[in-house]
Amino acid sequence: MTIPRILEVRQGLLKKNDAIAATLRTQYQTAGTFVVNLVSSPGTGKTLFLERTLAALRDRGYRPAALVGDLETDNDALRLARSGAPVRQINTHGICHLEADMIERHLVGWNLTDFDFLFIENVGNLVCTSSYDLGEHLRVVLLAVTEGEDKPLKYPTLFNTADVGLITKADLAAVCEFDPLIAERNIHAVRPGLPLLTVSAKTGLGMAAWFDFLVAHRHQHNTARSEGCRESRVHCQP
Amino acid sequence: MHELSLANRLVQLAEATATEAGAQRVIAVTLRVGDLSGVALDALRFAYDVAAAGTRLEGSRLELRRVGVRVFCNPCQREVELLSVQNFRCPLCGTPSGDVRAGRELEIESLEVE
Repeated sequence: MTIPRILEVRQGLLKKNDAIAATLRTQYQTAGTFVVNLVSSPGTGKTLFLERTLAALRDRGYRPAALVGDLETDNDALRLARSGAPVRQINTHGICHLEADMIERHLVGWNLTDFDFLFIENVGNLVCTSSYDLGEHLRVVLLAVTEGEDKPLKYPTLFNTADVGLITKADLAAVCEFDPLIAERNIHAVRPGLPLLTVSAKTGLGMAAWFDFLVAHRHQHNTARSEGCRESRVHCQP
Repeated sequence: MHELSLANRLVQLAEATATEAGAQRVIAVTLRVGDLSGVALDALRFAYDVAAAGTRLEGSRLELRRVGVRVFCNPCQREVELLSVQNFRCPLCGTPSGDVRAGRELEIESLEVE
């Protein structure tokens, strides 16, 4: 008969993911690729938004690429490829979020130095995606006007870990009786100071400001090349 | 619903630790779960029993230790615990702060083994 005893462990469940994410971050850094992770619930218009973003960046002379996560089908990758940018589909087969090792596997055969920007369109999910660091520089959360203003209060974790918020489908705001001031108040209640942009990929409203924002952030990042902030999501908020 | 994959990971880690320590059986696992960890506790409890079946953890207790969200308040120059995750303001002075210092934890604190 053995005597029960206590073992101190102090080990994070996401340690493995975080370690791979740290390796990816170094790879992005070395290659000079600015990486953007798009997270939202299903149906906020991520794919059209990304399609327009890829095309516009190419028009401006940048070399963007994209990884797109979905449970099944390569429909989104086919849509995004119309922009002319290199695109790969990640099928998670039932897993509701992307993990760092999926990114690592799907980057094989690509040379990151060929890309100025890499966009990762995460699986549409407002809960699980927030826990998995993909080594990105910028986590973008999208809130469509069709979702109503209170999503940020219902899903504080995801909004809290974002670096920028986009109000999408703004062309439908009036029809949906969406109140941008309430949405802004709710977002800032769970993530004070989060920069917000209002866009419609369909009409082009606000898109130029978004492209400028991206280019400025990439430039800022490449100039600073300071380690640290993205090392830990914990201390990098204003 | 990523709780099942988290539970599987938890069981793997706990089994490895128990084996290394020469333990036959895990009686209890204490897990620290932050209010901002994005984990649904009920789903995790359910997934835990499924993941533990057929391992050294079968029949063990899962003890969840909640960790509240703490932010650094600049005007107060101290860490404060939020009253609600829907309101990132210092409970003492009311200033908004997104400087999270605790609340994202998801870690095995300890194992009780025999």
